Amino acid sequence: MTTRTDALPTQEMTINMGPQHPSTHGVLRVILTTDGEVVTRAVPDVGYLHRALEKIGERVTYAQYMPFTDRLDYLAAMNCNCAWAWTVEKLAKIEVPERAEYLRVIVCELNRISSHLIAFGSYTADMGAFTPFLYAIREREQVNDLFEMLCGNRLTYNYARVGGVSGDAPPGFLEKTREFLDYFEPKLDEYNNLISYNKIFVHRLANVAVIPAEEAVAYGLTGPNLRGSGVPFDLRKDEPYSVYPKFDFKVCVGTGERGTLGDCFDRYMVRINEMRESVKIVRQAVARIPDGPVRAKVPRLFKPPVGETYFRSECPRGETGIYLISDGSVNPFRLKIRTGSFVTMNIFEKVTRGLMIADVVAVIGSFDIILPEIDR
Amino acid sequence: MSPDPAHGQPPGPGPPPAAPLAHGSAPFPGLGPEAHVMVGNADLFVNWARKSSLWYLLFATACCGIELMQAGASRYDMDRFGAVFRATPRQSDLMLVAGTITHKMADRVKRLYDQMPEPKYVISMGSCANTGGPFYKDSYCVVKGVDLLIPVDVYIPGCPPRPEALIDGIMSLQKIIMRKKNYGAKA
Repeated sequence: MTTRTDALPTQEMTINMGPQHPSTHGVLRVILTTDGEVVTRAVPDVGYLHRALEKIGERVTYAQYMPFTDRLDYLAAMNCNCAWAWTVEKLAKIEVPERAEYLRVIVCELNRISSHLIAFGSYTADMGAFTPFLYAIREREQVNDLFEMLCGNRLTYNYARVGGVSGDAPPGFLEKTREFLDYFEPKLDEYNNLISYNKIFVHRLANVAVIPAEEAVAYGLTGPNLRGSGVPFDLRKDEPYSVYPKFDFKVCVGTGERGTLGDCFDRYMVRINEMRESVKIVRQAVARIPDGPVRAKVPRLFKPPVGETYFRSECPRGETGIYLISDGSVNPFRLKIRTGSFVTMNIFEKVTRGLMIADVVAVIGSFDIILPEIDR
Repeated sequence: MSPDPAHGQPPGPGPPPAAPLAHGSAPFPGLGPEAHVMVGNADLFVNWARKSSLWYLLFATACCGIELMQAGASRYDMDRFGAVFRATPRQSDLMLVAGTITHKMADRVKRLYDQMPEPKYVISMGSCANTGGPFYKDSYCVVKGVDLLIPVDVYIPGCPPRPEALIDGIMSLQKIIMRKKNYGAKA
């Protein structure tokens, strides 16, 4: 970490970063107080993309809310779709056919790959290497093609339904998925050769913004940001849902291989390694997917029993927990969504203190935040 | 001007004369193939230059921003149309509003637009920027169309629009630019 507290102090300046800034991954605004090039305080100002997603949840029916979950985290729309479906199914105690659960796992893990590809690509672009971004998008387009085949859209899929998925996999989808996995797995080594162990890249990331394990837990970090600090916590393993217990995969954690445990490089490498684990899960799911229906018989307008439920699932940016209160009508009474990116913002001010301005960009990229998750 | 053999310029027609070709007429009738003279309408020439280097402001507020990124990257490669992204409004000709504009964001949109140098164009990408999209009815904090804030040249429907649709929008804007009269009597 580049702390220069012993240097000659200069006049403090307040600098505005964002909301229109190419490396804030959306419309995050950071108010920087700087002493020369050293950041003494960086306060994130969120809310530029507050679209009242939780309030909308109270106005629409359970089935109608599905398209809004696409927009909750547009890089991982499948994961959010499925999270909503799992929550409502838990509330209304709906049994889902096994084939549908397998399809959900396949699309969730494919979406995790495509989301981590954007994280990888935009992070390297932020760090000044634009070429890996083009490589990442090249592979992401293929995942988009698979999803387009499945549900007709490239970004906002609206694929899951309460009680299953919107349609069975079209003929050839599973073969195409297998082809993609065979194509994609060697590409990860290509990325590592291309940029991950590049000396300049490592120097930009290693030992920057170190988050020790107990601090990460105390601040409530989840997902790759938590695992980057060496805490092996993954909801797919520790609180298994859907058919995840049937698959063999390992939880990737940071190892401090190029610097200190819990630095930006560890968080970056966790994402690269997680893509490999996702490939493993999809491969197993495609091999073992059973035949059968893909949708339980659920009426379009249904009234779940009075009660409340909380369901959390592992999304690419940490856990997405949905708290749902039902008053027995067709609309939810109250909806609250806990997202990984919003929680990550808590620790932002602490880890950026004393860094250089350019390192703030490295920190934002390593957290892989997405703004609609923060603002909702 | 005739090509100088000492500089190794190959014989044959020089750089393509843009303006006359846009009319579909034969290039330089009466002159030899080595003639490096461009004769044409000043409007056509200026507009041709403008439409061919539409640098857009990377203004990705929401979901459409990802499609904008992918349209600019490997497969769709928007650079082919002279459209490359700039991070600052001061270097941009085109503001691509890609995503939802909230009330908190609204005055920033206006300010960014004001910071862009003339001539400037705006493309509204996606339902949210066009009308508020899925947030039109129930959201209390979404601007119901970016055209309430700044003038818009091209609207692209979709939620989000495919990269092909975005490229079609850019080409539509290029057509609009080519129709523009900059000099002489206004049509």
